[in-house]
Amino acid sequence: MSYGETEAVRGIDLEVMPGEVFAFLGPNGAGKTTTVEILEGYRHRSGGEVSVLGEDPQRAGREWRERIGIVLQSGRLDPYLSVRESLGLYAGYFPAPRPIEEVIELVGLEGKADERARKLSGGQQRRLDVGMALIGDPDLLFLDEPTTGFDPSARRQFWDVIAGLRDLGKTVFLTTHYMEEAQRLADRVTIIAAGEIVARGTPEDLGDREHQAATIHYRAGGREVKLETTTLVKTLHELTGEALERGEDLEGLEVTRPTLEDVYLELTADSGAAE
Amino acid sequence: MSGLALVAHQFRYDQKAFWRNPASVFFTVMFPVVLLLIFGTVFGGQTVNVRGGIKTTTYYVPAIITLSIISATMQSLAMSLVIAREDGRLKRGRGTPMPPWVFIAGRVGNSIVVALIMMALLAVIGRIAYGVAIPWERLPEIVLVLVVGAAAFACLGIALTAAIPSQDAAAPIVNALLLPLYFLSGVFIPDDQLPSGVIHFADIFPIRHFFEAFFDAYVPAGAGGAAISWGNLAIVAIWGVVGLLLAVRFFRWTPRSG
Repeated sequence: MSYGETEAVRGIDLEVMPGEVFAFLGPNGAGKTTTVEILEGYRHRSGGEVSVLGEDPQRAGREWRERIGIVLQSGRLDPYLSVRESLGLYAGYFPAPRPIEEVIELVGLEGKADERARKLSGGQQRRLDVGMALIGDPDLLFLDEPTTGFDPSARRQFWDVIAGLRDLGKTVFLTTHYMEEAQRLADRVTIIAAGEIVARGTPEDLGDREHQAATIHYRAGGREVKLETTTLVKTLHELTGEALERGEDLEGLEVTRPTLEDVYLELTADSGAAE
Repeated sequence: MSGLALVAHQFRYDQKAFWRNPASVFFTVMFPVVLLLIFGTVFGGQTVNVRGGIKTTTYYVPAIITLSIISATMQSLAMSLVIAREDGRLKRGRGTPMPPWVFIAGRVGNSIVVALIMMALLAVIGRIAYGVAIPWERLPEIVLVLVVGAAAFACLGIALTAAIPSQDAAAPIVNALLLPLYFLSGVFIPDDQLPSGVIHFADIFPIRHFFEAFFDAYVPAGAGGAAISWGNLAIVAIWGVVGLLLAVRFFRWTPRSG
């Protein structure tokens, strides 16, 4: 799959199951948007096979578009239409739209239904954007870095909206560069760096965290001690046993495992990806 | 929804957005009104040596209506489509089942309706403020000329978006094209005061031809008006077709910047 002169992504092999929230994670410039735009039918690929809802997005027609919803990475709304009007406009494009009031509730804009888009905050505009992608009652929803630039509370509100979509049985294809977002929302995560897939799995087992070295921290005689171990139970037993024999305490004892964030940073560290 | 019902649906929302946008109301609606009032007040009571001599205001009413039609179509579409394109709104629309032609038809319909409203408004102002008769008996010809011209300039406006790289560049590019041509085509300066070389130059472009066609339809025969000017109207229509072909070939739905 390439776009323009340089090959943006290659050898990408993805499978998304109906009804799951799939997170496509990677740093800026890793090829996330290129991939998602190929899946959405915006970009033509130079090679490979793609099937979305059983059709090739490059050739798919109106019926296919009726079954997908798209939230672009950046896209402003018509500033002079209200929340209800923007949804009404898009509802007209689909044969069996969801009721407008229901969508307003789903994206948490009840108090803002008659507010024009220009008066909404960034987070509210983004939620309206999701509402416009949902109005056609799609089976599959694409969200391209939906929370970039959000403050923490707006991000949390947005996550609630996405969690609600999973309850509706929608399939969600989410791209993000926030590890925490993938961890909170996704059933499965695939990590891309420099146009290639570097890891895939559930948020829990990604990067084989269960079997990686754990780190033990404590203070002894005023000194910081840091131990890395792959046999955590045994090492910890010996340490605490010795301390008890000596009648000492292990001050500030702490055991840490690599977080998903650590795994992610490690996996994408030498990708050299930049816009 | 069927295709035409969908166009009507799109048109309704385009109308709402248009009248709520202060920039479009100012430049498309207020600006021609202010121009007519200024020209009418400053040059009122004089005569223009066009077609045996007519009152200045009789000249300026169809002249400013011509400007307002071009403004409501070419100028307004070029600007608003570039803004929508760079905002990502066109791209979002392309991701829905709405056929692209429906969107364009809604926008063009919107601009033609605004052009009709502007003609009515300026005609009424011309009648009340300067006693310029409204040629009711020629309404079919006038509307025909307006619709052909509005459609042609709408196509040219859509084609022009391909040459505008960003939102900031939209107003300068559109004005740099249109303002000199208004002067050279006799819209601001009556053509009896323009050297013939200037008129010949202006004849290369569609504004002069549209102005002549509209003037001929609007100004009654007794005061120097001719019949419907098919030759001029045909040239405007040809420009429109060229614009349409360029638009089909070069119009883009995705942002140029970013």
